[in-house]
Amino acid sequence: MDAFTSLDAVAVPIDIVNCDTDQIIPGRFLRHLPEDGGYDRYLFHDLRFDTDGSPRPEFILNQPAYRNSRIIVADLNWGCGSSRENAVYVLVANDIRCVIAPSFGDIHFSNCMKHGVLPVRLARETCDDLRGQLHTRPGATLAVDLPSQTVTDTEGNQYGFEIAPFDKHRMLNGLDDIGLTLEYDAEFEAFERRHAEVYDWL
Amino acid sequence: MAGKTLFDKIWDHHVIVERDDGQNLLYVDRHLCHDGSFNGFRRLRRTGRAVRRPMQTWLTPDHYTPTHTPDVAEIEDPRAREIVEASSVNAREFGVHLFPWGDRRQGIAHVVGPEQGVTLPGLLMVCGDSHTSTHGALGCIAFGIGASEVTHVLATQSLWQQRPKTMRITVNGKLGFGVTAKDVILAVIRRIGAAGGTGYAIEYAGSAIRALSMEARMTLCNMTIEAGSRSGLVAPDETTFAYVKGRPFAPDGDKWERAVSFWRALATDADASFDQEVVLEGGEIVPMVTWGNSPEDTVGVDECIPDPSREANPDRRAAMHAALEYMALEAGMAMDEVSIDKVFIGACTNSRIEDLRAAAAVAAGRQAVVPTLVVPGSGLVKAQAEAEGLDRIFIDAGFEWRLPGCSMCIGMNGDTLRPGERSASTSNRNFRGRQGLGSRTHLVSPAMAAAAAVTGHFTDVRKLMGTA
Ligand code: SF4
Repeated sequence: MDAFTSLDAVAVPIDIVNCDTDQIIPGRFLRHLPEDGGYDRYLFHDLRFDTDGSPRPEFILNQPAYRNSRIIVADLNWGCGSSRENAVYVLVANDIRCVIAPSFGDIHFSNCMKHGVLPVRLARETCDDLRGQLHTRPGATLAVDLPSQTVTDTEGNQYGFEIAPFDKHRMLNGLDDIGLTLEYDAEFEAFERRHAEVYDWL
Repeated sequence: MAGKTLFDKIWDHHVIVERDDGQNLLYVDRHLCHDGSFNGFRRLRRTGRAVRRPMQTWLTPDHYTPTHTPDVAEIEDPRAREIVEASSVNAREFGVHLFPWGDRRQGIAHVVGPEQGVTLPGLLMVCGDSHTSTHGALGCIAFGIGASEVTHVLATQSLWQQRPKTMRITVNGKLGFGVTAKDVILAVIRRIGAAGGTGYAIEYAGSAIRALSMEARMTLCNMTIEAGSRSGLVAPDETTFAYVKGRPFAPDGDKWERAVSFWRALATDADASFDQEVVLEGGEIVPMVTWGNSPEDTVGVDECIPDPSREANPDRRAAMHAALEYMALEAGMAMDEVSIDKVFIGACTNSRIEDLRAAAAVAAGRQAVVPTLVVPGSGLVKAQAEAEGLDRIFIDAGFEWRLPGCSMCIGMNGDTLRPGERSASTSNRNFRGRQGLGSRTHLVSPAMAAAAAVTGHFTDVRKLMGTA
C-alpha cells in the first residue's frame, strides 16, 4: 500500500453527522472495481449528482474551490454502517488521503489505513472549527503530519492527534499486513497446537 | 483478582501475539464469506497465496442472488451474474466449504452460520460484513471486517486487533405483549445513539434478554453495529445449547459434553466490571418505528415524529431537518398516520422462521393493501416455512413469497424501491438510498411490517393482535 508521511492540501468540509458508507458510495456501485475506470464519480454519487447525472451545484465537492481536495473534515461517526472497503477505494480514486473527524465507524477506520488514507480523530469542537474555517475560506489548505502527529489549520494553529504506534509504523512505511503477520509463523503454529487442546471439543 | 467478562474470556483464548503497544494478533476459529467477498479471493489469487485453513472457511452467496428465479442465466446484470458464479469458482479453487446457490443450505451468511452450527459459543469468528455481530447471540466474539482484512484472514487465519472496551446493556423485567427483540434493539440505539457503542464490545444481559429465544437474540446482536459497536454478545445458556445441539458443524458425542461445560464457564464473572453500563426497563419498550436516516431516529409507534425546533443541539437539529426533508415527513405527525408504498420482510435481522411465523400470524385472514415481499433468510428457512404452511398464508394474503437472499435490504440483486417510495422494512438500515436510489426506509419488526402491509400505514400491531 501507499505510505503516508505528510500532506499539505486543500480540505473540504462535509457537514453530515453519521455519514454512513452507503452515502460515501451507494451499494449499486459495489459490483465495480477501481480498475474498471470511472470510479471517482461514485464518491457521494447520490448527493453529488441528480438522477439525470448532472452535478448538483450546491453539493460542496462540485464547487470549483474544493475540487482538488485531498483532505476531508467530517463530523461525528464518519464512515459508520456497512464494512464496504469500496468507501476507501473511492476516496483514493479521488486522491483523498486523509479524513479528519471527531469519531469514525470502527470498521471504516481500519479499512482506511489499509490503503494509505490517514484517519485522524480530533475533538468535536476542533472539527467544527476547522469546517467553519474551510467554509469561510474555500480552497484553503490544511497540513497533516504523521511523524509529529499534528494537524495545522489555516490560521497556523496546531492540534496533536493520537494514533496507535503499530498503525503509525505501518502507515509511514506502507507495510503490507500479511507479510508482517507471517513473521509470526512460529507463534502461530505453537498457538494452534495449544488452542486445539483448550478447544478440544471443536 | 477481579473477575472477567464473557468477552474478555473469549478474547484471551484467541491471542496469538500481544505486542507492547496493545495490538493483538487473534486466532480466527471460523471465517464466513459471501459473494461480496470476491475481492478477497481475487487479491489472494493475484498474490499467489492459498487459504491457510480452508476447512475453517465457509462461503454462501447472498447479496447478489435473485429472489424471483433460481436460474443464474436469468440474472440480467452481467457483473452480478459473474459475482454469483464466482462464489462457486472461488470455493472450489481454494477448497473452502460452499453452500452454493440453489442448495437448500444457501442463504444470508448471518442466517446460515448459526443454522449450520458453524457459529458456536466461545469461538472467534469474522466475516467481511458488518452484521457479523449477529453471531454473538450464541456467545462468541464475531465481528465484521473489510476486504483487506478478509484477505488477511484467508491468508493467515488471524487478524490484528486492539482490544475494545466493554459495555453491558441490561434489560430488566419482561417485554410487553407484541414487543420483540427488534423493538428492544431500536430502543437501545435510540438511548445510546448510532455512535454510542463505537469502540466497545456490548454484552446484553438481564431477565428480558435471558427470556429471548435464540433467534430473537440474533436480531438483537445483528443491529449492535447500528449502535456503532462491532460485536454484541449474549452469554450462552440452556437456550443456546438446545439451539446448537445436533447442527451439522456443531460438536457431538463426547465432544458435545466437553463443549457444554466449556461454554458454561464463559459467563461473565459476578465481580467483573464493564467500562460502561446501560440499563433499560423491558416493560417500558413499545413497538418501534424509525422515522429518519439513522437507526437512532426511532420513536414508539404510538408517538409523533419529533420536532427539530425542540432539539437543543444545533447539529442534531440540522440533521433532523435534513432527514425529515429526505423522508418527506412533517414534525408532529402521528407515526401511525404515515402511509407506505411497499413492505419488505426479510434480511439478516428478521428472516428466520420465528420472524416469518410472527409476520404470518398477523397476515393470516387479512389482505395486503401494498406490495409486500417476504424473503426467507435461507433455503432451509424457506423449506421449514413451507412445511408449516406459512407460504400459503402469505400468498393468500397477497404477499409475494421469494427465494432466499439479502434482497431489498440493500437492493443489489435488483429488488429495490423506486425513487420516493416509502417502505416498512424488517432490515437494519434506514440510510438514504439504502433500498434503492431515493428510497425511504422505516425499520420495524416482522409483526409490525405485516401490520403495515395489511393496513397501508404504520399500525400498532398490538391492536391487530387483539389486546392494545
Ligand atoms: S441482509 Fe442486508 S444487512 Fe444483512 S448481510 Fe444482507 S445486505 Fe447486509
